[in-house]
Amino acid sequence: MHRSALIVFLLLVTGVSVLGFYAARWRRADLDQLHEWGLGGRRFGTWVTWFVLGGDIYTAYTFVALPALVFGAGAIGFFAMPYTIICYPLVFAVLPRLWRVAHRHSHITGADFVRDRYDSPLLGLLVAVTGILAVMPYIALQLVGIEVVLAGLGLPTRGWEGDLPLVIAFAALAAYTYASGLRAAALIAVVKDLLIYVTVIAAVIVIPIELGGFGKIFAAVPAAKVMLARPPAGSLGSYSAFATLALGSAVALFAYPHVLTATLSADSPRTVARNMAFLPAYTFALGLIALLGFMAVAAGVDKLPQFAGYFRQYSNNFAVPALFMKSFSGWFTGVAFAAIAIGALVPAAIMSIAASNLWTRNIYRQYLHPDCSGAQEARQAKRVSLVVKFGALVFAIALPTSYAINLQLLGSIWIIQTVPALAFGLYTRWFHRWALAVGWLAGMVLGTWMEALLRFKGTVYPLRLLGTVVPTYIAVTAVVVNIVVATALTLVFRALGIAAGTDRTAPADYRNAAARVGGDG
Amino acid sequence: MNASAEPRTISRRWWLLLLLVPVIATLWVPWFAHVHPVLFGLPFFYWYLLAWAPGSVLCSAFVYFKTRDVI
Repeated sequence: MHRSALIVFLLLVTGVSVLGFYAARWRRADLDQLHEWGLGGRRFGTWVTWFVLGGDIYTAYTFVALPALVFGAGAIGFFAMPYTIICYPLVFAVLPRLWRVAHRHSHITGADFVRDRYDSPLLGLLVAVTGILAVMPYIALQLVGIEVVLAGLGLPTRGWEGDLPLVIAFAALAAYTYASGLRAAALIAVVKDLLIYVTVIAAVIVIPIELGGFGKIFAAVPAAKVMLARPPAGSLGSYSAFATLALGSAVALFAYPHVLTATLSADSPRTVARNMAFLPAYTFALGLIALLGFMAVAAGVDKLPQFAGYFRQYSNNFAVPALFMKSFSGWFTGVAFAAIAIGALVPAAIMSIAASNLWTRNIYRQYLHPDCSGAQEARQAKRVSLVVKFGALVFAIALPTSYAINLQLLGSIWIIQTVPALAFGLYTRWFHRWALAVGWLAGMVLGTWMEALLRFKGTVYPLRLLGTVVPTYIAVTAVVVNIVVATALTLVFRALGIAAGTDRTAPADYRNAAARVGGDG
Repeated sequence: MNASAEPRTISRRWWLLLLLVPVIATLWVPWFAHVHPVLFGLPFFYWYLLAWAPGSVLCSAFVYFKTRDVI
């Protein structure tokens, strides 16, 4: 069982590494330019953009942690459905606008746009630093996905030989990302998606048949897990927790640097809009993956003696790998595990590229080496991508997994604080740059403080509003405070006549030239 | 500026409001946090949310074809 799974797994993972190096020759261009290395030359069409964005958003951590949450906590874990259904319509018209202005001004990061719009390298720096802080633990978490499947394959999991497979996988990833940039992630994302679809289709056909259908599966799950608890009197209970988790996650998603990188690598605003229209289809597969959590409950995988050691080490994160090992034949387990591992490599590559773009554009070039050439800029980004991955690796190996999870929870609370500068900035120049900076600080401090009050045990804080308890996702509370502060201070700073800087963008930069819209831009 | 094109562009932008339908439908929890009716063994809560994935695609695709010249 282990042997055939391991062979198929190694063949597939080696195959995509070769593909990663080959990617440097795909749509060949000068990879010594940052927009070629770090944005694939802004030439990805509808299909490739689908795979890059899909590879970015639906990560290995999702495939492991989401069913683990459903397995452990039940219906509340399904907040991921509204989250990944509404995130696309919310930015359907916003992202094509960002693409257009970024293309006009050769912006590579969201922070580039913020700096030019508000004439404020400091505001750009804040957006860049937030992005790097939020994305680093996310990369480390992708390693958790790989670790879990490597353990399932029977590889050693402790001591230096336990870390070795992970180090090898990340060294290969670092090497082909260095060589090929975003092109490598794009090509590998195609393979990743095919493997994921095959695995999900097989899983939702084979496993329910084995377990006697969905009726029996849900009958085996405790009633308290099947449905959200009805809120008690005087509280909105799990309902407001569910809705704000979905809304906050959806609003935060497109501020993440790796998602912006994928968006800006598209070849036109229409390609972006088309993807916003069709990516919810991927969410259907995500919902089926989430249901695997209930199948694992019904199959009782945590009570099987052969998995007891794994559950002790990885807790609920082992639910899905255990379910696959129990239900699939050896070689197909290899396919499914390769899908998870490759599903970790794609976002890890894009995230490290996005972090390097931010470092290079908004810190190195802005503050350390303002007159660097294009080639120096690209070389810096490539090297930093190595540093980022090495950092994530040390993070994953040296610190307990719970640290990475806590930091990732904080990461999504932090990244949403950049939404006012980014998203409002696309539509209006009304907000004052310093008001946005103070609003950002207020949101960061409040969000971190509330998370600390919960001792990192969750992200939903019970607010008290007009006598009703409203459990709310901290990211939502913090960004509302951020917006209120930014609005109030904008009025104050304008009244005091504090210089607002010169907008480097023009209204026409945002518009579809063919649409002939007047006035609002 | 083509004077006749402007009002048409603005009126076409109203279609963007249609994008709010899946947002409201999947966030207003009391509408769907119940077990019945069950479909293929799935409680309503689950198949309702699963159905909104293709539902959202249809909605956004319609908006895309209505607004692709103006966004």
